[in-house]
Amino acid sequence: MGPAYLQFESVSKNFPGVRALDEVSFAVGEGSVHALIGENGAGKSTLLKVLSGLYRPDAGRLVLGGQEQHFRSTSAAIRAGVAVIYQELQLVPELSVAENLYLGNLPRRLGWVNRKELIAAAARQLTNLGERIDPRAKLGSLPIGQRQMVEIAKALARNAKVIAFDEPTSSLSARETERLFAVIGQLKLSGRVILYVSHRLEEIFDVCDSATVLRDGRLAQTYGSLEGVSRDDLVRKMVGRSIEDIFHYQGRTPGAEVLQVRELMGPGLSRPASFTARAGEIVGFFGLVGAGRTELMKLIYGARRAQGGQVLVDGRAVNAASPRQAIAAGIVLCPEDRKKEGIIPIRSVMENLNISGRRHFSRLGFFINESRERANAGKHVERLAIRTPSLGQLVMNLSGGNQQKVILARWLSEQIRVILLDEPTRGIDVGAKSEIYSIIYELANAGIAVVVVSSELPEVLGVCDRICIMREGAIVADIPRSEATQQTVVSLALPATSAEHLQEAESA
Amino acid sequence: MTTPPEPNIPLPESRGAIDWRAVWEQSGMLLVFAVLVAGCAIFVPAFRSLNNINGLLLSVTTVGIIACTMLFCLASGDFDLSVGSVVAMSGVLAAVVTNWTGSVLAGIAAGALAGAMVGLANGIVIAILGINALITTLATMQIVRGLSYLASDGRAVGVENDGFYALGNSAPRMISWLGWIGDTGTFGTWLLGLTAPVWIMLVCFVAFGILLNRTVFGRNTLAIGGNREAALLAGIPVRLSKIVIFSLQGMAAGFAGVILASRMTSGQPTAAQGLELQVISACVLGGVSLTGGVGTMTGVVMGVLIMGIVQNAMNLLNIPPFWQYVASGAILLAAVLLDRLKQRRAA
Repeated sequence: MGPAYLQFESVSKNFPGVRALDEVSFAVGEGSVHALIGENGAGKSTLLKVLSGLYRPDAGRLVLGGQEQHFRSTSAAIRAGVAVIYQELQLVPELSVAENLYLGNLPRRLGWVNRKELIAAAARQLTNLGERIDPRAKLGSLPIGQRQMVEIAKALARNAKVIAFDEPTSSLSARETERLFAVIGQLKLSGRVILYVSHRLEEIFDVCDSATVLRDGRLAQTYGSLEGVSRDDLVRKMVGRSIEDIFHYQGRTPGAEVLQVRELMGPGLSRPASFTARAGEIVGFFGLVGAGRTELMKLIYGARRAQGGQVLVDGRAVNAASPRQAIAAGIVLCPEDRKKEGIIPIRSVMENLNISGRRHFSRLGFFINESRERANAGKHVERLAIRTPSLGQLVMNLSGGNQQKVILARWLSEQIRVILLDEPTRGIDVGAKSEIYSIIYELANAGIAVVVVSSELPEVLGVCDRICIMREGAIVADIPRSEATQQTVVSLALPATSAEHLQEAESA
Repeated sequence: MTTPPEPNIPLPESRGAIDWRAVWEQSGMLLVFAVLVAGCAIFVPAFRSLNNINGLLLSVTTVGIIACTMLFCLASGDFDLSVGSVVAMSGVLAAVVTNWTGSVLAGIAAGALAGAMVGLANGIVIAILGINALITTLATMQIVRGLSYLASDGRAVGVENDGFYALGNSAPRMISWLGWIGDTGTFGTWLLGLTAPVWIMLVCFVAFGILLNRTVFGRNTLAIGGNREAALLAGIPVRLSKIVIFSLQGMAAGFAGVILASRMTSGQPTAAQGLELQVISACVLGGVSLTGGVGTMTGVVMGVLIMGIVQNAMNLLNIPPFWQYVASGAILLAAVLLDRLKQRRAA
């Protein structure tokens, strides 16, 4: 590690009611990649916002290359050589790659944009990164991995010395991730200072040299080197407990078949899908992004129109044409994209929680029964330990884990037989994950058939009694927990060609 | 639950002193309204007379009645630009049908029903065929305006039946009867003298206020505006709700059109040009979000009254009408900026 370049010294930041950062100090040297990890709400984003000039710290110092910085705006931070690459990229899809690279800093001649110079400069930046991207292409036409490369090139075009990545791999494919890591290695060699924020601890060991763990806004630990540090060590630092405790799997004896899906066909599926789930059974659905898992769940739930096949609950045909019908038949869904499809962000916790169940206790099926709604919401907030200052709090102000609990609570006031959970713990911190698993077990213990769709292999292996694997729009395997190993599940989930490659590589 | 719940995040205690910021955020528009009324009462002497108040209230009835349902439209995340045309068409239709059948009741029913049909058509196109509400109602706005010219041959349609004027210009009979109870004092006489359109508007305020806040339908409307996809997946009948909202909107506009025709003693195909924007302005003044999910009936009532009061005061002060346009626009902009400021501070 080179000399310390980026230094946080006792940085603190308060928000009403929350101490988001509490005297956090650490340093990162030139030519090194430093991981910043912690649960949601641990203070990682706040720290990034301090670095990017979006927030001003209440106390403490931010030092870059020996000089104390007082950023008054994000543009001041950019001028000082800081670039933060957020999960949601800050690019304009309608403009060309070159225009995006030099946005706000277009090469000009007599007040007009010098197109030739622009394209040439952009091409230089992209080649330096080893990317073959046409600078004239519309940004929106590029795959997400390449867009991220454009964002990196943009940082370099602005002479960024410090580059912070916020969850950079969350929407990348395996190959794109590999490519990203190669570029990060390149940046490292060129002496840049890299801050790497990620939930995926495995990655940390792949790309980072050192790490800082935050917990509740405080520094939990700084590792100068990751040698000899295990994933479990990091998790323990993040949550104060070990990894086995997170899943705390308990076996159950499943009852009769509750959900039967027979030859269900519809958009997003390549073959008719059939599977069953028994009372008290937790069935996992694993597969790559785009394997058709979400589509299958939405077909069962009636959110997409099925083109054939049958869905039965307790032996009775359901074939829901709308979510409303599915709910009436006892099938409910917690959608994959919580913000877009789950919560009503600008409405209260109580409102979000009662949105479906209220029809059971409204007067004449029409007039709201305020006291019953309040009681119902209060009961579930307590039962699921939803952390909210009040029932009237807007749900968008809750953490991801608590938002997910609100959506789960929504369904607990219904007579459910089947619950479909699509990525129930995505973007949720480890502590809240563990609580969500508890709720899942509780539902299963109550004799409900639970279906868990997840892209996280440890989650599927850790929580489910049986695992269905989907590949390219079809269910390709259905294996019990006892036979499921990391290798078997992954090789089944990969497309046929790459699975062969994998086998070849293994046998070689 | 196997994991013990962590303690709740402590919250700043706001007991004791009055939190002025919260007061401002929750009832800022009410405060503006109070200041405006007080200001007008002090500086514009003619404003205070009960006669003037009566006229003021009457002048906002069309906007007021339609704003009730526009609130639902906006709260569900949509617009309706066709209301002005519907007002004109319903007025014309009511006049034509009254002349034709000789029955005032048939005329009123025809006007309101025709409005509801336009609303239903809007709703079906928007909810079932999935066309953007702005485009759909922009189209129906022109179609309906055209229809009202066709139905009236481009001229105002007078009504021979005197009963037709009673709806817009006299106190409801039920309420006048109360006058026989005895002497009710100046205020009482004034209250009893309020014309039917004002009473209808007040009933609409209360009824739609209840519909928004106290019924499943009202809450569903706000949920749809807050996040359509999530509302659908939560089992809310999104399409049906939208169709009902637009039908209600059409019916309210149709009914308001009949009342307006009665006040003007004829159905005029040119009536209510640009009314849709006045109605939306009143709603926005009252803090209704154009992106949906946020809106209250008290806010809308404030918005409607603020617009009416400003108009009224400017008339009393003999401000030229051309300047009145400038002032109305400036007030709308100021209100929206104020709201924006509030949001930014809250964020």
